[in-house]
Amino acid sequence: MHITIINTGAANLASVRAAFERLNCRTQTTEAPDDVLAAPAVVLPGVGAFGPAMQRLRDLRIDTALRARISGNKPTLAICLGLQLLLDASEESPGVAGLSIIPGTAVKFPNNAVRVPHMGWNTVRVSTDAPAWPWPTLIADAYFANSYRLSIALGTMPEWSLLTSEYAGTFVAAFARGSLLACQFHPELSGAFGHSLLQRWLDIAKANALGDQSMRDTELSRC
Amino acid sequence: MLTPRLIPCLDVRDGRVVKGINFQNLRNVGDPVDFATKYEASGADEIVMLDVSATSEHRSAALNTVRALRRVLSIPLTVGGGVRSESDASALLDAGADKVALNTASVQSPILLTRLANRFGCQCIVQAIDAKRLDTGSSASGWTVFTHAGTRDTNIDAVDFARSAAGCGAGELLLTSIDHDGTGSGFDIPLLRAIAGIIDIPVIASGGGRTPQHLAAALDAGASAVLVATILHDGHNTVASLKQSLQALNVKVRA
Repeated sequence: MHITIINTGAANLASVRAAFERLNCRTQTTEAPDDVLAAPAVVLPGVGAFGPAMQRLRDLRIDTALRARISGNKPTLAICLGLQLLLDASEESPGVAGLSIIPGTAVKFPNNAVRVPHMGWNTVRVSTDAPAWPWPTLIADAYFANSYRLSIALGTMPEWSLLTSEYAGTFVAAFARGSLLACQFHPELSGAFGHSLLQRWLDIAKANALGDQSMRDTELSRC
Repeated sequence: MLTPRLIPCLDVRDGRVVKGINFQNLRNVGDPVDFATKYEASGADEIVMLDVSATSEHRSAALNTVRALRRVLSIPLTVGGGVRSESDASALLDAGADKVALNTASVQSPILLTRLANRFGCQCIVQAIDAKRLDTGSSASGWTVFTHAGTRDTNIDAVDFARSAAGCGAGELLLTSIDHDGTGSGFDIPLLRAIAGIIDIPVIASGGGRTPQHLAAALDAGASAVLVATILHDGHNTVASLKQSLQALNVKVRA
C-alpha cells in the first residue's frame, strides 16, 4: 500500500514513515491538494500549534481537499494535532477555524491539577457507548504528547466509535468512522498496540481501494 | 492512568554506546541499535540518546545513528548532546528524533527554547539541566547549572533556571545530578523535590539510580520518568525486571 503523508511543515515525519515502512508500505510526502484528494491512503500528522498548522492547510488549499476526501470516506488517518485540526477550534489559537469535520473545541489540560504536556503512556479504552470500529483491543496503553484535548460528554458523538482516556477527567483518545481514524495519541510511537492499530486502518484502506477498483470495473463493464 | 516512564539512556560517541562516571573515563559498551531494540522489547517506555561526541564530523555520525534507531523503534526517541541551534534541532527531528534535548545552548540563550517550541511545539523540546550542589552560597537553592558536558559552572541557580526554561517553552526537563551521576548512590531527591515542586511540566530524573528503590524514590519525589543507563548496561537488570520490582513496590508502570 502507498501512504501519502501531508507535509504540515513543522512535523517530524520520520516516525510516521518508519512505522508504515515496518508495515511494508511505501510512503511519500505531499503538499499538493490533488494528491490529498486522490491518494489511496492519506495521513494528516501533526506537531506544532493549531493556528499555524490550519493556516498552512488553507494556504496550500489542502483544507478543502481534506474535507472532500473525508466526506467521500477515503482512508484518512489524523494523528495528535491532526485530530484537533478536524474540530471546530482550539483554545490554543482562539479565532482560528478548524476543519469542522466533527463538532468540538480542543481545550488545555488544567496545569493547576496535572503536569502539562500530558506526556507518556496512558490507558485507552473502547467506549461502550459508541458503535464498533475494528479496534485491535478493548483496552491498551498508548503514547501521548499533548497539551490540549477534546473532552466530550459521551453520547454526544453517537455515530463515532471512540477510545477514551483519563487525565484530569475523561477525554477523547481516538475517534473513528468508516475509513477515517483520528488519534490523539501517536500510534506510530505506541509499540505493538500502535502497530496493530495502523494495521487495522491499512486493512480498511486496502478494502476501500479494492471497492473503488471493483466499482470502476463495474462502470467499465457497463460501457 | 498516565504511568511513570522508565527511559534507558544511550550515551553515544562515534556510533557506539559509551559509559563513564561523572562524565569522565568513557568506555565503549556496544551498538546503540542492539541496545535500543533489546530495551524496547523488554518494555522501555522511551529511549534517550545523548550524543557525547565533541566535533562536527561526529555530528553526522550521530544523525546516522538516529536514522538507524528510528527504523527499529516504535516508541519515542529523544536525542540530545551538542544541539546548538534551530538547524541542529531540525536536523535531528528530520532524522527521526521525536524530541530534542537542549543543554548549553539554551542555558546561554533561553529564547532558543521559545523559537523551537513555536516551530515544533513544546512537546518535542526538552531542556537538559546538569546541576551540581555548591556550598559556596553562589545560588539561593544551593544547586548551580553546569554546561559543556558538566565542566563549566554558569553560576545560574538551577531552580530559577528550571522555572524560566518551562516558561520559555520547554515541554519537559531532563534533570541530571552531576554529584550523583554514575555513582549508584540513588537520585538526588532534594534536587528533584526542589524543581518538580515548582514547575508543572514533566521532569525526568537522571543520575545515580541503581536500584528499584532508587527509581521509586525519584517518582515519589515528583519525577514523571526516570533515566537509567549503567543499571541496565551491566546486564544484571532488564527493563522488565526493573518494572516488576517497581510493581512490587506499588508503583504502577506500563506492563
